[in-house]
Amino acid sequence: MIEWLYISTGLFLGWSLGANHAVNVFGSAVSSRMVRFRTAAIVAGVFAILGAVISGAGTTRTLTTLGAVNALAGCFTVALAVGLTVTWMTMIRLPVSTSQAVVGGIVGWNLFTGSPTDTYSLSRIVSTWLVGPLLSALFGFLAFKVVTALLRGRRLHILTLDAHTRTWLLVLGAVASYLLGANNIANVMGMFVPAVPFGDVPFNGLFTLSGTRMLFFLGGLAIAVGILTYGEQVMKTVGRDLYKITPLAGLVVVFAEVLVLFLFTSESLESFLLHAGLPTIPLVPLSSTQVVIGAVIGVGLAKGGRGINYSVLGKIAGGWAVAPVVAGLSCYIALFVVQNVFELEVVKTSSYVIDTGVRQELSRRGLDSRALATLDGKTIVGSAQFRQTLQRIHPWSEKEMVVLFDCADLDTLVVDTVQAFTQSEPLPLTPQQHQSLAALHGSMFEHRWELDQALVTADSTWGEPAGTSPRKQSAAFRQLRERLHEIFRVHPQLSVR
Amino acid sequence: MDILLRNTHGLERQIDDYLDLVIRGSLLFREGLKCYCSGDLEHFSANLRDLDAIESTADVQRRAIETRLYSETLIPESRGDVLGLLESIDRVLNRIAETLTQFDVEMPDLIEELKPLFLELTDASMAAVESMVSAGRSYFRDPERVRDHINKAMFYEHEADLRGDQIKRTVFRMDLDLSNKIHMRYFAFHIEGISDEAEDVCDRLAIATIKRSL
Repeated sequence: MIEWLYISTGLFLGWSLGANHAVNVFGSAVSSRMVRFRTAAIVAGVFAILGAVISGAGTTRTLTTLGAVNALAGCFTVALAVGLTVTWMTMIRLPVSTSQAVVGGIVGWNLFTGSPTDTYSLSRIVSTWLVGPLLSALFGFLAFKVVTALLRGRRLHILTLDAHTRTWLLVLGAVASYLLGANNIANVMGMFVPAVPFGDVPFNGLFTLSGTRMLFFLGGLAIAVGILTYGEQVMKTVGRDLYKITPLAGLVVVFAEVLVLFLFTSESLESFLLHAGLPTIPLVPLSSTQVVIGAVIGVGLAKGGRGINYSVLGKIAGGWAVAPVVAGLSCYIALFVVQNVFELEVVKTSSYVIDTGVRQELSRRGLDSRALATLDGKTIVGSAQFRQTLQRIHPWSEKEMVVLFDCADLDTLVVDTVQAFTQSEPLPLTPQQHQSLAALHGSMFEHRWELDQALVTADSTWGEPAGTSPRKQSAAFRQLRERLHEIFRVHPQLSVR
Repeated sequence: MDILLRNTHGLERQIDDYLDLVIRGSLLFREGLKCYCSGDLEHFSANLRDLDAIESTADVQRRAIETRLYSETLIPESRGDVLGLLESIDRVLNRIAETLTQFDVEMPDLIEELKPLFLELTDASMAAVESMVSAGRSYFRDPERVRDHINKAMFYEHEADLRGDQIKRTVFRMDLDLSNKIHMRYFAFHIEGISDEAEDVCDRLAIATIKRSL
């Protein structure tokens, strides 16, 4: 029962997201009375849930790479701090993005617990805050030009155009809702994933909903409730100011939003780009408000640049800087209070060991580990203590810290093929991979990288060895590896006290 | 998609039919006045009857269109403009019917020298109405061409003003009873007034077209 209390803050974030962001999908359609609110709310709610459950994994993975909040009380505190920050900043009329506040919150947790922050993931996430609105402005600009040219040639009657616009506003609104659910579920439930409190839920033998998907379903439901209960209010106030555009321009804006959300959400696109040897687009939760503002500006520029309020751009930039910092600080303070006043475990106590094997692995990953020889054989309990110990030896960069934590983490795994081969969501294994995994049945590994190496040694089709640049690792391989770690982990990371 | 649009196409046809009625009204007015000037009062009365019938049908048609636009919440952004447009077009048709009715009621005594000028005035005024209808049609289908039709309507309205002015100047320089002079001035003023109404519709159309642009 306590799990429900813990995830309540995530559900609150979901409600807030639904209430505040439905306007980005159906704002212009509803405020221009092209689509009735009730129709818009039902479509948006249903598709947001579907998007969260079916396609929410990609962006969530990026957030968990940034920092895996691994204790439920920690998740609760981070979500609470982020939720309160977003509410407070909205109340004092400061522009705030939930996505950016969540990133600030996770970095705040990393700082408090001494866990390393993956600077590679962080830089990719931060870059999307700029690229997202810029791309939507570009798409909005181009789409507007194309639509204008097409309409000029077609000579549609105003009523036919109205009927087409109405239909497409609904269709694209549904797609945008799906993508909003898929992209933003990471903000709502992403931080609970490393400490998922639910087991698999079978549905009458028809299908089984995994714990993570159950979490996403609840988050999606919270988003839908937010849309239904408070979405209309927001559309009537915020919607009218921000979306004072014609329904057709509104359609172009939603189209641009759909394209941008798709680029930053689709795992299929990511794997396609990887296979084509092209650089991938990070799967990151975006601020849909900023994406929409970008598209509105793009449309405005296509119309000749008149009537654009450029002060909005300044406000967006202000939001980028303020929201993550405030969320990070409030998260740090909240974690301190929860840990020391309420004596709740906000981080799973991990143990770290440095030995010859670990140092060899570090060297293989390009890290000079000679300075660590003094720690050989020592086991250090707690991430903060491990960080302090490492810093006493050498001023490691944050990037090196990520590698050190990853290699030294004692995470006992026992290969249990019975469990692996009977998953409700079957593992996507080739026959050779199946065989090589079966050969390792019963083997025990103290570190995750040991299992990865053993698999690659047994069969090269397991993909690139661990340590290859994350850019070159295939997403599918990474995903499969993480699932195996999850299945074979001896002590589950769930920690409720 | 065609099934979904069947209802919409029906309303489009209704709007086109309504505009057709305005064109027929202007043609009947032109014919009616020709008959009046040539003394063919039988055909004049027939034209007037037809014009009255068209005016009533157009009223019914307009109300039906307005009701559908409201009840089906169609074109919410442009609905106000379209309704205003239909009503102002209706005023033009009313003015046409009213003016021809006045001929029937008052039977003005048009002197021979002025009859060609009255017919020219009528032609210019009705050409303004026809251009206004074309502009209206373009507003619904091809907003970029509205400007061309509005320019034509403005030109004919100006022509009508010139003919009207010419009639008034000629009349008041002739040796006629003052009552006769004022009577002819009155009818010239009313025929000219039709093109002024058409011009008002065009002004509305120009603004509505700007609003219709994306």
